[in-house]
Amino acid sequence: MRGARGRPPTRRRRDVKRNLTAYGFLCGALICFAFFSWYPMVWEVVLSFQRTNFVDPPVWVGLENFVTVFEDAAFGPAWKNTALFTLLALVCGYGIPFVVAIVLNELRHARAYLRFVVYLPVMLPPAVGVLLFQWFYDPEAGLFNQILGFLHLPPLDWLNSSDTALISLVVVSTWMNLGSGTLIYLAALQTVPSELYEAAELDGAGLLKRIRHVTIPQTRLILLVMLLLQIVATMQVFIEPYLLTGGGPENSTVSVVYLMYQYAFNFGNVNGGNALGVMLMLVLMVFSALYLRLSRDDTKEEAPR
Amino acid sequence: MRRSGYRETMGALLVAGLGLSAAACGSDESARPTQGTGATAAGNAPVSISINCVPPKTNKAERQNFEDDMAEFQKLNPDIKIEKASDAFPCYEPRTFEAKLAGGRLETVFYANFPNVGRLMESGQAADITPYLDTVKTYGDLNGSTEIFKKDGKVYGVPTDGYGMGLVYNRKLFTQAGLDPNNPPRTWAEVQAAAKRIAALGPGYVGFGEYSGGNTGGWHFTASIYGHGGDVITPDGRKAAFNTPEGRAVLENLKQMRWADDSMGSRLFIKWEDLMKAMAGGRMGMMLGAPDVLVPLRNDFQARFEDYAVAAQPEAKALLNGGKGFMINPKATPEQIRAGLKWIEFQYLTPGKGQLDYERARSQDYPVGQPYPDLWKAGSATGTQVLDARKQHATVDPAQYAQWVEGSKGLPAKPEPGPYAQEIYAILDTPMSAVLTRKGADVERLLADAEAKVDALLAKKG
Repeated sequence: MRGARGRPPTRRRRDVKRNLTAYGFLCGALICFAFFSWYPMVWEVVLSFQRTNFVDPPVWVGLENFVTVFEDAAFGPAWKNTALFTLLALVCGYGIPFVVAIVLNELRHARAYLRFVVYLPVMLPPAVGVLLFQWFYDPEAGLFNQILGFLHLPPLDWLNSSDTALISLVVVSTWMNLGSGTLIYLAALQTVPSELYEAAELDGAGLLKRIRHVTIPQTRLILLVMLLLQIVATMQVFIEPYLLTGGGPENSTVSVVYLMYQYAFNFGNVNGGNALGVMLMLVLMVFSALYLRLSRDDTKEEAPR
Repeated sequence: MRRSGYRETMGALLVAGLGLSAAACGSDESARPTQGTGATAAGNAPVSISINCVPPKTNKAERQNFEDDMAEFQKLNPDIKIEKASDAFPCYEPRTFEAKLAGGRLETVFYANFPNVGRLMESGQAADITPYLDTVKTYGDLNGSTEIFKKDGKVYGVPTDGYGMGLVYNRKLFTQAGLDPNNPPRTWAEVQAAAKRIAALGPGYVGFGEYSGGNTGGWHFTASIYGHGGDVITPDGRKAAFNTPEGRAVLENLKQMRWADDSMGSRLFIKWEDLMKAMAGGRMGMMLGAPDVLVPLRNDFQARFEDYAVAAQPEAKALLNGGKGFMINPKATPEQIRAGLKWIEFQYLTPGKGQLDYERARSQDYPVGQPYPDLWKAGSATGTQVLDARKQHATVDPAQYAQWVEGSKGLPAKPEPGPYAQEIYAILDTPMSAVLTRKGADVERLLADAEAKVDALLAKKG
């Protein structure tokens, strides 16, 4: 920038000048991202190839940390559980907010109230929500087993069996994330032009046909984007197993991030935790790349309109 | 003019951002614990130290005591200045420990509980204090718990509290179930019988509670197998040693109580506070626990102190040694190490001072008379002095601890299973959770699987 004065400004310089305010605003976000997101990420990658105790100079150890975590007996179960959790969360948790959004969108009365009710769980701190379910799932006095008893059904073990623990965690996670998903779908639904519905109705389409031929095609991109965002979020499942099951029973709820936590804070092996983090990051990057690709296509498609 | 205005703004933003980041990251100079500054009354060079584990502000009386102690210590040692005293709770927080160490913010004298000591020594995160031990004059009177802070003949810390495992039980429930609260179970068969009677009081009553996840299951498996006379790893630390009749006895006992007797309830306990809450809730009869459990049961979980007592661990041949101590920042200077050790001695190991000022504790209505810290060799000068003062100022009913004291006499105290104890505990959570959640759990197979995993872990660590 030095010496800029007195010389005829080039086009590029003019552009920069015009956008200075924008750059100024960008600066704050960039600094925040740089120090709280990118810097830790780079550091994570560096640490995953080192052995350090934060006292002596770090030693480069190549892939040793990756081998260590790979050979851990809980490594396989952790990835299997994470994949299963993500899959179950998709099956249970992905469609439900969309359906709820459609129902809310169709309703004529009490809309604001119902929207508030649906969004309420999101406002609870996650730890509170999770602990609430600890009571619901209690095998003796819990709400769920009371309901089952009322219906003359046998009680379930919920968190206390390696068969049902993981799905029980999926239910918690679905409940906690229902509100934000619903809200985003609702917003998307409201952008669908009402003429399309009217036209479909004139052609004699029923509710299901209208959803299939109007709603879903019109919100296709949002649906796809939400799908990818949900995969990225649910693969990082941690707080549910951490607070509710401690990874058990019999390792059935150990997730990748839970194992990462164990390495970093309980086993005193930050470098192993970082190696796991890098592995997870690589997997998530694939989904994030897909997301970026989709959202770019989205803007391209929207642009000419 | 506007252009340069923008430039100034941009520059200011950038500088502010960089300045912030520099402040946040700290500099290399701050990596070393604070050096001494200021004048000194004595001839020695002045030295500044920082400490942690100050009682929180919410605990007014204890906080005041601690601050008085700090003032007295600095008056007695005018060449030492306690520059920073941290009241972060809990005193040891694994989630911030390494960040503080890396950022140069770890205190000169820092708290460590026994389960973490091995790991801190293994990874070189505590200073070797062997050459400076003469600073702690009463060190020679300490019992075997000093072993926990030793590695390859070097010493890395000083214990300030210690106790062996026991059996915590609810006296009130014993009475309700028609059991004699003054005659708690001495064998596992008696525990099983008592648990059955308590569980029979009605729905929601649990005879015996046990951990099964989040590494606590493995921790209590260790305490149990030590009691049976078994071990978790071989003495050389290279192999698993729990796939034995003693290990099977631990799991078979739980299996019997959980499924055949149905006296353990069906709730799982995974975090330390889970069993504490259940015990304080008044519907759980017994659990494994050291005598240090009774005070937090009252203070943190609102239990009626008088309702609880601690007996010796049934049939015990050895006891898992629990406790805490202090270690020194590996970046401390020799002068700081000496000053830090002086503080540890003054506050925690001097009869009549700091935590051992029983007269003050009694005057403030704190419980006095619990059989811990159990830190001194039997018959040593310091030990006798501490025991006498404790007896003289006792406020708690000694009967609550008498069974434990009597039954634990002469039992060897054993440390956690090596520097990889937490990894081993995570593996042992599996057999513990299996016998508590699966009726048909195959004990032999569970132990064999866990053994293979621990062997592989230890082989890798070399």
